[in-house]
Amino acid sequence: MKARRGGRPVGIARRLGRASIIVASCAFLCLFLVVPLASVFVEAFRQGTHAFVESIDQPEAMAAIRLTLLVAAITVPLNVVFGVAAAWAMTRFTFRGKALLGALIDLPLSVSPVVSGLLYVLMFGAQGWFGPWLLAHGVKIIFAVPGLVLATIFITLPFVARELIPLMQAQGSEEEEVARVLGASGLQTFFRVTLPNIRWALLYGVLLCNARAMGEFGAVSVVSGHIRGLTTTMPLEVEMRYNEYNYVGAFAIASLLALLALLTLAVKSALEWRYQAAENH
Amino acid sequence: MRRRVLPGFGLSLGFTVTYLGLIVLLPLAALAWKASEIGLAGLPRLLSSPRTLAAFKLSFGGALLAASINVVVGLMVTWALVRYRFPGRRILDALIDLPFALPTAVAGIALTAIYAPNGWLGHWLVPLGIQVAYAPLGVLVAMVFVGFPFVVRTLQPVLLSLERDVEDAAESLGASRLQTFVKVVLPTLLPTLLTGFALALARAVGEYGSVIFIAGNIPLRSEIAPLLIVQRLDEFDYATAAALGVVMLTFSLVLLLLISMLQRWTRRWAEQSA
Repeated sequence: MKARRGGRPVGIARRLGRASIIVASCAFLCLFLVVPLASVFVEAFRQGTHAFVESIDQPEAMAAIRLTLLVAAITVPLNVVFGVAAAWAMTRFTFRGKALLGALIDLPLSVSPVVSGLLYVLMFGAQGWFGPWLLAHGVKIIFAVPGLVLATIFITLPFVARELIPLMQAQGSEEEEVARVLGASGLQTFFRVTLPNIRWALLYGVLLCNARAMGEFGAVSVVSGHIRGLTTTMPLEVEMRYNEYNYVGAFAIASLLALLALLTLAVKSALEWRYQAAENH
Repeated sequence: MRRRVLPGFGLSLGFTVTYLGLIVLLPLAALAWKASEIGLAGLPRLLSSPRTLAAFKLSFGGALLAASINVVVGLMVTWALVRYRFPGRRILDALIDLPFALPTAVAGIALTAIYAPNGWLGHWLVPLGIQVAYAPLGVLVAMVFVGFPFVVRTLQPVLLSLERDVEDAAESLGASRLQTFVKVVLPTLLPTLLTGFALALARAVGEYGSVIFIAGNIPLRSEIAPLLIVQRLDEFDYATAAALGVVMLTFSLVLLLLISMLQRWTRRWAEQSA
């Protein structure tokens, strides 16, 4: 490409500037993103495939994987229902306090994960609000699975709602109103008109919500109590193994989580490209 | 008010408010209740202990510096991704979100492995006297890592929609490329850059998972504020943990308010220039 817009030739100085911006950007991205990602897999296989398989094929690793899947299986559907309900209320009706409600939905994004976990310890911990009552009735929430689930719900609460609200705002409610006037019931309107319109954004939200639910560390580490085989999710198992100097074991579990992250990014990019292609038509 | 054609107002709003009340508001009330045991009177004494002060200084100072670095580097990377075409561009673009998607604990141990004295980069840097792992510099590296996507993803749509006519006009009037950038492009991007800065700052201040591994957590030197909360909880000192939590939460809320003001400013700015 010799000429730019207007037929002006591109000067040597400008081409040099462009090249140096590209090179510097690539260097930064490689150093800060590619190298850490690659190192996870290199460290995991440092002592060979056998050691890798052996450190995953263990009861506590399997328990951590099962627990992580369980927490995500409870958290994601709940936050999907919440996200759809919140988006419906926020974009289809006008009411007082809407801005405040929007701010509350976004709040968990800017709270430190540690503070998020702390909130639940102060509610349900031994010296917490409901602590004595829970103790008397033999219910365990903190240092048990319910605490992990609650902390994860808090952290991932905004993800689905945040994808849906701007989209449904932009789409408007005309199609749904037409469906209603033509005699469709409320549920028919939702499943036949709304859902097909928001399906890609919903999928995108589920993807982000799931990735965070499986990977959350700070909040769950505060409420978990690190009881091996019972309350350690995969990220917590990574931490415990790392602190025991079992580096291959820690990186082996970490590599599974990194694969999940890569898969998330791949599906996310595919969705975005598809969306852009649809928009350009 | 317009008659409502669409159903489900009571149901959807009722569910949303109840859910938020149980998951967000009730726990916040518990925090306020526990923190009141220390009270405003106890707060200065708590915050003036040298160890707490050092941790807050590192968390806030490190996050400010990391967000500043992210704004400069983020602007450069976004510019390259939006304005230039080069091989591997789409893959790099997709990789920008890696710090969002990669669990923080994984990022933490990976960064530590690279910068440790025997790591890929550490064994070059340490002989030069640059210690990253187990030092404040490591905290900064982790904070830059987690905050980076916020700046790029905030900036990207704005830079994409920027009209090039104005730049062409400036150049045809004799402005150099640098002058055009500083006097035409930068002022337009200013509100967006500030929003990205605030988002990256909010994320870095509270970050825990990716920082604690590389920090080494040496008291007075490389200990971050969220770690203090974890330590108090391990000692079952809930009141102090709650008070520290309130300080961090207040900072987050102020930033959140600032971000929403900045975003309104950006929208007005865009409307004016349109």
